[in-house]
Amino acid sequence: MLLLRLRRLRRSDGAAAAVFLAPSVIGFSVFFLIPFAAGMYYSLVDSPVNGHFAGLANYREVLASSSFRRAARNTGWFVAVGVPVLMTFSLVLAIVLNRRLPLRRWLRTAYVMPLVIPVASVVMVWQVLFDRQGWINALMHAAAAAPVDWMQSGWARLIIVAAYVWKNAGYMMILYLAGLQSIPQEYYEAASIDGAGTVRKFRSVTLVYLTPTTVFVLMMSLMNVFKLFRETYLIAGDYPQSDIYQLQHYMNNQFQALDYQNLIAAAYVMAAAVALLAALLLRAERKFRDAVE
Amino acid sequence: MNNRALQYGLVAALCALAFLMLVPFIVTFTNSFMSQTEIAIDYGAIGPDAAQGVFANLKWIPDRVSLEQYKAILLEQPQYLRMFWNSAGLVLPIVLGQAAVSAMAAYAFAKLHFPGRDKLFLVYVVTMLMPFQVTLVPNYIALDKLGLLNCAAAIILPGIFSAFGVFLLRQFLSHVPRAYIEAAKIDGAGQAFIFARIVVPLAMPGIAALFMLAFVDNWNMVEQPLLFLQDPLKQPLSLFLSRIVDGQQGVAFSAGVLYMAPMLFVFLNGEKELIQGIQLSGMKG
Repeated sequence: MLLLRLRRLRRSDGAAAAVFLAPSVIGFSVFFLIPFAAGMYYSLVDSPVNGHFAGLANYREVLASSSFRRAARNTGWFVAVGVPVLMTFSLVLAIVLNRRLPLRRWLRTAYVMPLVIPVASVVMVWQVLFDRQGWINALMHAAAAAPVDWMQSGWARLIIVAAYVWKNAGYMMILYLAGLQSIPQEYYEAASIDGAGTVRKFRSVTLVYLTPTTVFVLMMSLMNVFKLFRETYLIAGDYPQSDIYQLQHYMNNQFQALDYQNLIAAAYVMAAAVALLAALLLRAERKFRDAVE
Repeated sequence: MNNRALQYGLVAALCALAFLMLVPFIVTFTNSFMSQTEIAIDYGAIGPDAAQGVFANLKWIPDRVSLEQYKAILLEQPQYLRMFWNSAGLVLPIVLGQAAVSAMAAYAFAKLHFPGRDKLFLVYVVTMLMPFQVTLVPNYIALDKLGLLNCAAAIILPGIFSAFGVFLLRQFLSHVPRAYIEAAKIDGAGQAFIFARIVVPLAMPGIAALFMLAFVDNWNMVEQPLLFLQDPLKQPLSLFLSRIVDGQQGVAFSAGVLYMAPMLFVFLNGEKELIQGIQLSGMKG
């Protein structure tokens, strides 16, 4: 009787859902979805005003352009290197802070704090440290080593990755801590009885049961690796050293040059790559969940 | 004994790491009490028009404590305070609007049944991952068509409808036991009542976390105002700071401190909620 009543109540959800979703879906459509879909038109014409149908010419032009290729390669590099570095670093921090340690709460606060420090407010410190005539070079000079123009050298992208890790490690560490604490202690005990050592326990208990957290952390890291542009832009401007020139720089510069067709074509290429990555991730996670259940 | 020594070593290493991570903050803070002359002497070597062969000299503690920078920025540079209030005027409506709109949508995604729910949510997730530049031109064209370019609304409205808020709160709400909602339904409560009296109070830590994350993200925004808000009188503080390194070094540190002050205030008062909100968002419901 009760069940039946619940089911009837549940069936009426559609109307309520529509009401609750309306503000978000309408706004989201007006500012993101519809413009994004309408952008398809611009990617297929040769000029934004009175353009003629140009087929895939814009896409061909973008894919052939050497600056797009370099930007795509660099963005790919940041995803392939920055994301794993951030994830490993945060996982290690989480595992260490998951023990009973003095000052543990205080340390956690310190690691999370960069999350709320706006990069613009510390850009000056950045300059003081890494400028061609900055403090680190002063130390190098004092140690009789040749100064390095950090942001104009191969170090630039490592410095950007460091900024990314600095900013996001606290957030990911908290996610991992929550994940670690949700693994039942019995699993570790059972593994001990089976004679598993520390390494073995880490591999077949911690990492396995952490998978859903890892997928989530991966997603957040991916989202934030694309936001890295802001930091790069604040530190290095429109045309940074060629290793840290990302797709966002490319698109920004196309915008300044009013080359909308190429920009949108590039945006679609990037969107497709990101959507593909997201789909793969979600699929991997579903597979894992099925396997565990 | 040995174990104990190991533990202290570990804590010492963690403290060193914490210090390293806080260096930008510490230096900005201590150097904000430096006089402008001292800044010119120590950091004059930085920037495009500096003389060759001299180096900057990082100072942890200024030689002489001075409030000169604060005086300069608060009293002598009226555009600074103006941009501070511009920032507040952009960020507060975004954060409040985003929390309200996202809480409603998140409730529908987490607790109501309707066809196409998971597919629609996937669209939100994928959009959330996209960098701003991907929707840049379409966004620009839409704002232009709506006549909003160069208005604060060009920043506020897209900000309110960001997908991240819906995502975070949906994750958070999936942990609220369905029993609370079912019980209220059986008592005859309407959806509006359930949402306002049961869902929102239970989601408060999540909403607080969203509030903080959205606050810092938007307080820090650079790309949107750079392109959609070209009137310098309407621009937020983040843009002022992005230009400060060229030629305004004298006030850079105090400007940085005042800029992060609201954020730190929010963080230190709501750290518990922030951490709880982040934690639950990552757990499976």
